[in-house]
Amino acid sequence: MDIAIIGIGLHPFGRHEGVSAMEMGVIAARRALDDAGLSWQDVDIACGGSLQVLQPDTMGKFMGLTGIPFTNLYNGCATGGNLLLSAANAILAGSGDVAIAIGMDKHPRGAFSVGDDLAGIGLGQWYGEVGLAVNPQFFGMKTQRYMHDHGISEDTLHRIAVKAFENGSRNPQAWRRRALSYEEIATSEMVCDPLRKYHFCSPSEGAAAMVVCRADRAARYTTKPIHIRADVFKTRLYGSFEVMHASIPADSRPSPSVQASRSAFEAAGIGPEEIDVAQVQDTEAGHEMMHMAECGFCKDGEQEALVRDGATGIGGRIPINTDGGLLANGEPIGASGLRQVYEVCLQLRGEAGQRQVPGDPSTGFTHVYGFPGVSCATVLSR
Amino acid sequence: MSTQIPIQEGLFTWPAPSPQLIGSRCLNCGEVTFPAQPSCPACTSDRTEEVLLSRRGTLWTWTIQHFPPPSPPWLGDPKAFEPFGVGYVELPEGVRVEAPLTENDADSLEIGMEMELVVRRFDEDADGNERMTFYFKPAA
Repeated sequence: MDIAIIGIGLHPFGRHEGVSAMEMGVIAARRALDDAGLSWQDVDIACGGSLQVLQPDTMGKFMGLTGIPFTNLYNGCATGGNLLLSAANAILAGSGDVAIAIGMDKHPRGAFSVGDDLAGIGLGQWYGEVGLAVNPQFFGMKTQRYMHDHGISEDTLHRIAVKAFENGSRNPQAWRRRALSYEEIATSEMVCDPLRKYHFCSPSEGAAAMVVCRADRAARYTTKPIHIRADVFKTRLYGSFEVMHASIPADSRPSPSVQASRSAFEAAGIGPEEIDVAQVQDTEAGHEMMHMAECGFCKDGEQEALVRDGATGIGGRIPINTDGGLLANGEPIGASGLRQVYEVCLQLRGEAGQRQVPGDPSTGFTHVYGFPGVSCATVLSR
Repeated sequence: MSTQIPIQEGLFTWPAPSPQLIGSRCLNCGEVTFPAQPSCPACTSDRTEEVLLSRRGTLWTWTIQHFPPPSPPWLGDPKAFEPFGVGYVELPEGVRVEAPLTENDADSLEIGMEMELVVRRFDEDADGNERMTFYFKPAA
């Protein structure tokens, strides 16, 4: 893949009373275009994603109705990864010179609801009626089994959350900017065993956008292009343990995160050991722990020592979720994956301020995972 | 007099002194799925048959739901909410079935423990029928 990111824009995540998801999307898109020195008139292709905005292309009337193809897409928590991939693929296909990916969302407080009609997601209504259609249950159960199989203690979960809020405290654009103590996290209320309140992210509000073009034309727009070395999207194979599945087979298969990451590193021609900064889906601390291994940054069971020794902190061997991740930023579903890319771009440009990874990082990785078992992995470099 | 009806037809045998979950077995590859479905997620075949699943298995993983689930779709009463257990129980047919558990105390649940199927009252419908659903409980 020879595509470059030439402009990045963020509407910070958090709670923004009186500002709609679409307004945040417009702000993020304008910031990304400004960053590339472009205007909406220069955009040939747009991709928009959101849970809350029914059709993101309705924002066209605020950006300008220029007649371009504007694709709406939604893939649960993996939407942001899909948006960048679709924009990049459109350029690769020769459909235009400049494409923009825009993710935006605004969610009510409290756990995500799947709504009142489970037929829409291929499940019997009974499944929701008895109280099984709850994402955090899956997060708890997968974490519980993983800790049992690989001898990992709750200490690792607490330390991952400590790191997330510490990184958030260094990020002026983060939602949660107060560092939390180990004690506060370890004694916070249980939500779904073994996961506690401060192990979890919350649904939030925000938007992010990326402008991309062919890498050989990137110098026209920026002196700091970030190259998309690989971008891979996978859905679950039969046998992987996924959210909201009434049964799974006893013979298990690797998750879509494993499939996407392996393929991405293969396509990029560089390995996880060569990555300088990574963002992985940390819906809760348990999944950051498991995704460290699923994405190839360690073997199963090595997390306890790595996290304890600070390897995933900003000064560590493989800094993970340097902007505070989902834990400190919350999750506006449509935008979350693009926030990860935004953060890696800042890090590789050397513009991450108080949370800048030392040593002039030149390679990065992003990973999203979502319902009902979908994942995107992206390898980036200067 | 109220009648006991399953929360959804086709999920488990009822009424029955020893109710069983109703799954499907693929006629091509033999894979077992719950609930029963007309096609196979493993091999893509569209030929399956119904199969009654074993009533006992082992607890593969578990959690406890400590907050009232979003409603809808949950039909419990948020004001009377009590935490409840949820788990996957691995059955001899090679399938792990997700279900609410009868226990809601972390100390009474352990990966690998023997579990058995029970059917209990969940709620009452508008006609006064008792709607029954399945749970797993630690085996006696």
